[in-house]
Amino acid sequence: MSMRNTALRRPLAVTAVVGWIALTAAVAAAPEGPKLGKPLSQADIAAMDINVFPDGSGLPSGKGTALEGKAIYDAQCAACHGPKGSGGSAGELAGGSALDGPHPDQTVGNYWPYATTIFDFVRRSMPLNAPRSLSDETVYAVTAYLLYINGLIGETTEMNAKSLPEIRMPNREGFVRIWPNSR
Amino acid sequence: MIEDHPLTNDHLQSVAGGGLLDRRLFLRQSLAFGTGASLLLAGMDATGAELPAWQKTPGAPFSNYGQPSPHEKEAIRWVSGNGSATGNGISWTPLHKLEGMITPNGLHFERHHNGVPQIDPDRHRLSLHGLFRNPLSFSVEDLLRYPLVSRICFVECGGNSNAGWHEEPIQTPVGYFHGLASCSEWTGIPLSTLLDEAGLEPDARWLIAEGADAAAMNISIPVEKALDDTLIALYQNGERIRPENGYPLRLILPGWEAVLNVKWLHRLQAAREPVMARNETSKYTELQPSGKARQFTFLMDAKSLITQPSPGYKLRGPGLYQISGLAWSGRGKIRKVEVSADGGKSWAEAALQEPVLAKSFTRFRLPWRWDGSPLVLKSRAIDETGYQQPERAALVAERGRNGYFHYNAIVSWAVAPDGSLSHVYA
Repeated sequence: MSMRNTALRRPLAVTAVVGWIALTAAVAAAPEGPKLGKPLSQADIAAMDINVFPDGSGLPSGKGTALEGKAIYDAQCAACHGPKGSGGSAGELAGGSALDGPHPDQTVGNYWPYATTIFDFVRRSMPLNAPRSLSDETVYAVTAYLLYINGLIGETTEMNAKSLPEIRMPNREGFVRIWPNSR
Repeated sequence: MIEDHPLTNDHLQSVAGGGLLDRRLFLRQSLAFGTGASLLLAGMDATGAELPAWQKTPGAPFSNYGQPSPHEKEAIRWVSGNGSATGNGISWTPLHKLEGMITPNGLHFERHHNGVPQIDPDRHRLSLHGLFRNPLSFSVEDLLRYPLVSRICFVECGGNSNAGWHEEPIQTPVGYFHGLASCSEWTGIPLSTLLDEAGLEPDARWLIAEGADAAAMNISIPVEKALDDTLIALYQNGERIRPENGYPLRLILPGWEAVLNVKWLHRLQAAREPVMARNETSKYTELQPSGKARQFTFLMDAKSLITQPSPGYKLRGPGLYQISGLAWSGRGKIRKVEVSADGGKSWAEAALQEPVLAKSFTRFRLPWRWDGSPLVLKSRAIDETGYQQPERAALVAERGRNGYFHYNAIVSWAVAPDGSLSHVYA
């Protein structure tokens, strides 16, 4: 039994080592450049970095609730996305039927796997006519509102850097990674 | 299926049903065609009264940047924008108006999420941070001093050809159905050179790329691809990349879906995990009948289509025609393209126009003698890995019709007795 376990483990270890060698070899083989890059300071990086990861890294300080977010949504988002996230000219944000049905709308509530993506996308891209115009507090509030109209949090539940990544989206397990397993 | 037929004296023996001829026919006859053409020219040189105006007056002066002939007004990108947000949408490459393998720069397809930024190159920087030993910033002037390499490859939107999922076959010129794909010579810096300079940490698995457009489009790229053949491209077909294609610089990931080829690139964050951006979760994922969605479907699978003849054109009576089309695969080179003129009952191997390059458009051609009867034309591509372009029924049976992205099934054109063509599912 223990021998079989060893036999099963060995190819994995070998694969990992080969993968690592391949990676380092590729970097080593990179054509040499004149090395003109200038150092970036932590302050430089903080000023440009707006990526927000599923584990919450990249989320700024601040907080907001759906109650606060409703007024912002109605003023900034509803014209394209419709009242309460549906029926607009832009993507459906709320509701959606079963994903294994005939023609399901793919909404925040029934399709998006991570709540952090809402914050990341709204802050960087929305509203379309004035991107980067919303404060972090405002983005937290709009994010909370989108979760609220999908029935995922209460109207007064506070979204912040700690609570947002803890939201378990209904379709969290709905994705099958094609790369690198089946190219 | 495919047999080598020595050309007979009449040069017109069929090699498959529907009048498909040997792929070498045009090569063997080029000398004869050339002689005919010179006789025609000689016939036009008559009394002078018949000469057109452009032979009797000096022509237009020189120009700083050439434009297409005013007689080619239909060779344009077809814009399918969002009515309420003009910077959000697509424009299609008119594949049905083009020949060869290279797409002219002004006709390369577009997909913008919030318009084309007008970037001042002096204020643009490319920053590398995250899991690097030395986070670095490069000016465009810096980057232009790095060793450059060129490669010809296609760029194809993951949503290209998606009308193929529709219940009824769409009736539109082929470029407005399959033209979210273009092919260029891209010149730039191997990304590995910059990753090396900044000291990519061993635990970095993904690079989160971001554009400097109003959408600040971000997406996650596997380190393996970044180190393999990814370029920081600065030039397209010899000239600096145009604004709508990413000026002053963009990513090129040969063979992978276009959304990863981030335009106006200004930031790469190295990370252990993907950022799970909107465009790799809610979009560019493919919902399957099971309710699960395919994610990180990076490779563009083999595809082929006949551009001549195709819907919108009309054959001018029975006779000899050249079937011409494009094939490509994100996996590597096209090994073979087969054409059918009897709805898939028999197939003939097309000639592949050199050069045949990995992850590039490949032009195929085949002579065909149409006898005026109705029939269905198809093409299918097989790449160097042995992957064969599927029939539509097989693709739909596997993936359903709600996936939206990554449609690459065999395309069929029905030819009517009057010479008109239409798109059919056959």
